[in-house]
Amino acid sequence: MNKTTKLDAIEISEVSLTFQTSDGPVQALSGVDLTIAKGEFVSFIGPSGCGKTTLLRAVADLESPTAGEIRVNGMSPHEARIRRAYGYVFQAPALYPWRTVAANIALPLEIMGIDRAERKKRVERGLELVNLKGFGQKFPWQLSGGMQQRASIARALSFDPDLLLMDEPFGALDEIVRDMLNQQLLELWAKTGKTALFVTHSIPEAVFLSTRIVVMSPRPGRIHDVIECNFPRDRTLDIRETSEFLEVAHRVRLGLREGHSYDV
Amino acid sequence: MNRIVPLLTVLSALFAIWYVAAALMNASLQQDLFANSDNKTYTTSDLIAASLNMERPKLPAPHQIASELYKLIIATDPTSKRSLVYHAGITLEETVIGFLVGGALGVGLAIMIVSVPVLERSLMPWIVASQTVPIIALAPMIVVILNQFDIGGITPKAAIAAYLSFFPITVGMVKGFRSPETLHLDLMRTYSATRSQVLTKLRAPASLPFFFASMKIGVAAALVGAVVAEVTKSEDGGLGARLLAGSYYGQTVQIWAALFTAAALSGALVGLIDLVGRVTLKRLAFPA
Repeated sequence: MNKTTKLDAIEISEVSLTFQTSDGPVQALSGVDLTIAKGEFVSFIGPSGCGKTTLLRAVADLESPTAGEIRVNGMSPHEARIRRAYGYVFQAPALYPWRTVAANIALPLEIMGIDRAERKKRVERGLELVNLKGFGQKFPWQLSGGMQQRASIARALSFDPDLLLMDEPFGALDEIVRDMLNQQLLELWAKTGKTALFVTHSIPEAVFLSTRIVVMSPRPGRIHDVIECNFPRDRTLDIRETSEFLEVAHRVRLGLREGHSYDV
Repeated sequence: MNRIVPLLTVLSALFAIWYVAAALMNASLQQDLFANSDNKTYTTSDLIAASLNMERPKLPAPHQIASELYKLIIATDPTSKRSLVYHAGITLEETVIGFLVGGALGVGLAIMIVSVPVLERSLMPWIVASQTVPIIALAPMIVVILNQFDIGGITPKAAIAAYLSFFPITVGMVKGFRSPETLHLDLMRTYSATRSQVLTKLRAPASLPFFFASMKIGVAAALVGAVVAEVTKSEDGGLGARLLAGSYYGQTVQIWAALFTAAALSGALVGLIDLVGRVTLKRLAFPA
């Protein structure tokens, strides 16, 4: 290994993953190669069944590749998970209904054995970070879907992992809420300098948030194209009207169409 | 009001059916009684009235049971051995001890089964088999065996109550501990939480609705166990002993009075757990 790989947050080399189902084996990923540097925001976009969620879960050690290797901060995904190297945000908020919002955010801290005073401090900070100040004592069902998902992001950030894995966190939300959360997420990322892997279905979301966009195609899931997308860090939603933005969005759309064309 | 009206309708229908059934079932018995006495000239209404007020009817009428209950619960000194309060107290004690032991055993077994997958295959068949043996056959043996070790009094009866109550609690709690959704379990995995952390922070709270449902069934089963045990070991009293004594002497009214007391006791225990469950789940913001 040379020195530059030390700076890489994620190295994915020749990863394939086959699920054994009752209908026979299904190849979810085939020969995926990707390196993500620290501090990058990488989006994964593609149609259903292209393996983007599976890839994210493999990085998180929630699935095991059948071939190839994944390194997370130079460790195996299993070691990285044991060392709590990443925060994971699921498609649904997955808040525990019997815990208040504050207690939900404190959950990973409790598990990691952080003392009460420190937990309280970090929960306060987390609530502030996702604009939920004053909602700590509410129960999840008292919050809107967008607020619940923000709470789940605060929970993923509460133990300050370097790596944030997000699986369509805003997929179930309406466009207006999604826009607002995208802006907030971007500011959060710019502020904290974390590495983010972000799975999405939405082209504008991917282009707006990312430093790089990975376009994937299905059957078997593989990387079709990787698009650089370096807008200034302090961008706002307005850049979506600029020609540069539309150009990148167009390239993503072309990539998605090409990856899809043979089974139409 | 909307809940009371249907309830009262069903209740009065039940009473009506009961009175008709009592009159029909007891009539022939009462006819024999009339035939053996000097009264040969009775009317139908005499027959019905007498059938509903027999000393040892086949089926006592509700008012007979009510007056027996009044006599044995309110009009009798609760410390007297004739009082149903006295006997209900004995049954209650056995039920509660048996239920607590059975509950702890049931929850403990469920935790073991959920934590160690091999135990499901090795333990579960035995747990199921334990309940296929009729308790009425097993109860005397438990009493005799425990007697061998000089364990008498309330213990064998509580043991039988525990034996019946642990099973529904184990089954319910295994289901409860497995109730968290995959996403909630995945979340714990991303924190690399230990088994016991997953149990205390996810599986246990998620199982609470199952816990109270299991406890309700468990306490009712414990009472059945206690009553069956008292029938086997009737010298110390209890509602089961009253059932047995009643059937010895053909005292059907006494049997029914003991039966109603047992049912009321069971209902009260289930109701109490239901109340505690509702309050707890509401406080913890579980959806109803």
